[in-house]
Amino acid sequence: MAESALELKNVSAGYGDTVVLENLKLAVAAGESLSVIGRNGVGKTTLLATMMGHTNLHGGTVWLHGKDISRDATYRRVHAGLGYVPQEREIFPSLSLLENLEVALRPGPWTIAEVFKLFPRLDERKDNRGNQLSGGEQQMLAIARALVGNPSVILMDEPSEGLAPVIVEELARAMKQLTQAEGLALVLVEQNTRLALDISPRAVVMDRGQIVYDGPSETLKRDSAKLEALIGVAKK
Amino acid sequence: MAASDANAVPAVTMRARAIEYIGKRHRFHVWEALPWILIAAAYFVFPDRMTFGTQVLIAIMFALSLDLILGYAGIVTLGHAAFFGVGAYTVALLTARLNWGEPVTSLIIATLISAAAGFISGWFLLRYRGLTLLMLTLATAILLQEAGNYRSDITGGYDGVPGMEIWKLFGVFENDLYGRTYYIYIAVLLFLVFLVVRRIVYSPFGAALTGIRENVRRMHAIGSPVHRRLVAAYTIAAGIAGMAGALFAQSTAYTTLGVFDFESSAKVMVMLILGGTGRLYGAFAGATIYMLLEDHLAKLSPEFWQFGIGLLLVLAVLFARRGLLGLIEDIGIYFKTGGKS
Repeated sequence: MAESALELKNVSAGYGDTVVLENLKLAVAAGESLSVIGRNGVGKTTLLATMMGHTNLHGGTVWLHGKDISRDATYRRVHAGLGYVPQEREIFPSLSLLENLEVALRPGPWTIAEVFKLFPRLDERKDNRGNQLSGGEQQMLAIARALVGNPSVILMDEPSEGLAPVIVEELARAMKQLTQAEGLALVLVEQNTRLALDISPRAVVMDRGQIVYDGPSETLKRDSAKLEALIGVAKK
Repeated sequence: MAASDANAVPAVTMRARAIEYIGKRHRFHVWEALPWILIAAAYFVFPDRMTFGTQVLIAIMFALSLDLILGYAGIVTLGHAAFFGVGAYTVALLTARLNWGEPVTSLIIATLISAAAGFISGWFLLRYRGLTLLMLTLATAILLQEAGNYRSDITGGYDGVPGMEIWKLFGVFENDLYGRTYYIYIAVLLFLVFLVVRRIVYSPFGAALTGIRENVRRMHAIGSPVHRRLVAAYTIAAGIAGMAGALFAQSTAYTTLGVFDFESSAKVMVMLILGGTGRLYGAFAGATIYMLLEDHLAKLSPEFWQFGIGLLLVLAVLFARRGLLGLIEDIGIYFKTGGKS
């Protein structure tokens, strides 16, 4: 296997003294697209938060491109190549769309012009403040904001949540493009199981802070009984 | 890079649009001339009250420095008077102890020393937020005040620095009895400081400060070195506050340890809240209203004038939470939308 872009080695992490993830091992190769699925409260968001350094690490290490980033501050992880699209989008409401991008801009191939090509709708709304954008536009902006930081690995937390199907389709197109054409590694946490399995060739199923399945998405797509057994609900 | 799209705009056009947009943000609006016209008009309309006018301009500069950190970066401080005091005392000690009363060089030195004090204290204090930061900033001002009191042989303690002699401005202009020279001098400096602050708040750095105020965790997660940016803003604000303090000492040729008082820090915060935080001109409106009220109310009731200020603050907090300028903005929107908003 090629050297991992991002790797978690025996990671136990949580909030304060509470341990959510237990002895978790996960590796994502460069340019690989990986979806993390599972029921609510099994630790999916905590997994991404741990990669970003937002949780308390109780054990194990986090590696990015062969470098141990376990003790690095969040902003240093971003400088090292991580990009994060949070569940709540967290757009800065009083900054314009363009300013929301400017504050995250770092040198690299992803410029503001490039993200406008990926999401032309953002270009049309660039003078609008963050709080004047629709949910779909905010989500596009959240992804664009992570991209202009020029990451090599991008983490997305439930990007389709609360969005209209047509917007979800546009986001799915963009996410596929990011991994297939642009060579970014993607870790996608998604409640919409069908969407997650469609976007990523590899799927990870989590339960109670541990990985209970790590394999091809195609297997889960074909075997709905297995999927149901793993996540407790029928495929959406 | 991103796959071509039929609707995509060429990158060159996109860059040109971005430049145009950034240029547009920095462009002055016609109404922005108003405070400067008023400042200029005051010189001709009230030529005998320029001593008071200089104090208003100094208060505006002090409030503007606080706006940069409170209004934009969201740093809540109760010790901003510390830097005003450092600036004032630098000028005072330069002239009283080192016999250097040249106004421009001592102003520059005072600004730099205040900025250095901001950098050093900010580097440690800005790791904290909320109530802890509030108390630490307050404690810093008290510590400086007490250090000054401890070495009253140098600072003159609460009696003030004796023997301050400020030389002629540029070796030519005397600080006249009516304060006209210093009014012009300070108005020019205020304009320059304002241009710098305006440039900062409309730059990507200023946007980052707003981002920190609105969601510090998100700023970390997009790779922004939050602490460094806060320290940078704090250092600049401390320098400006120090400049205001230095101008206060130069214009009055007098300073005491009272400049470090908690009351000074609270007063400048009240000024800013009255005018409106995070909008630059809020410092102008708030400081002017506060100083005018203080002046008039003190004449009406020398003992209880602060009652009026307190009442105004209560009204502002209840009915104009975004300050006077915010209230004007809301009224404008109300009429523009025909009362629907």
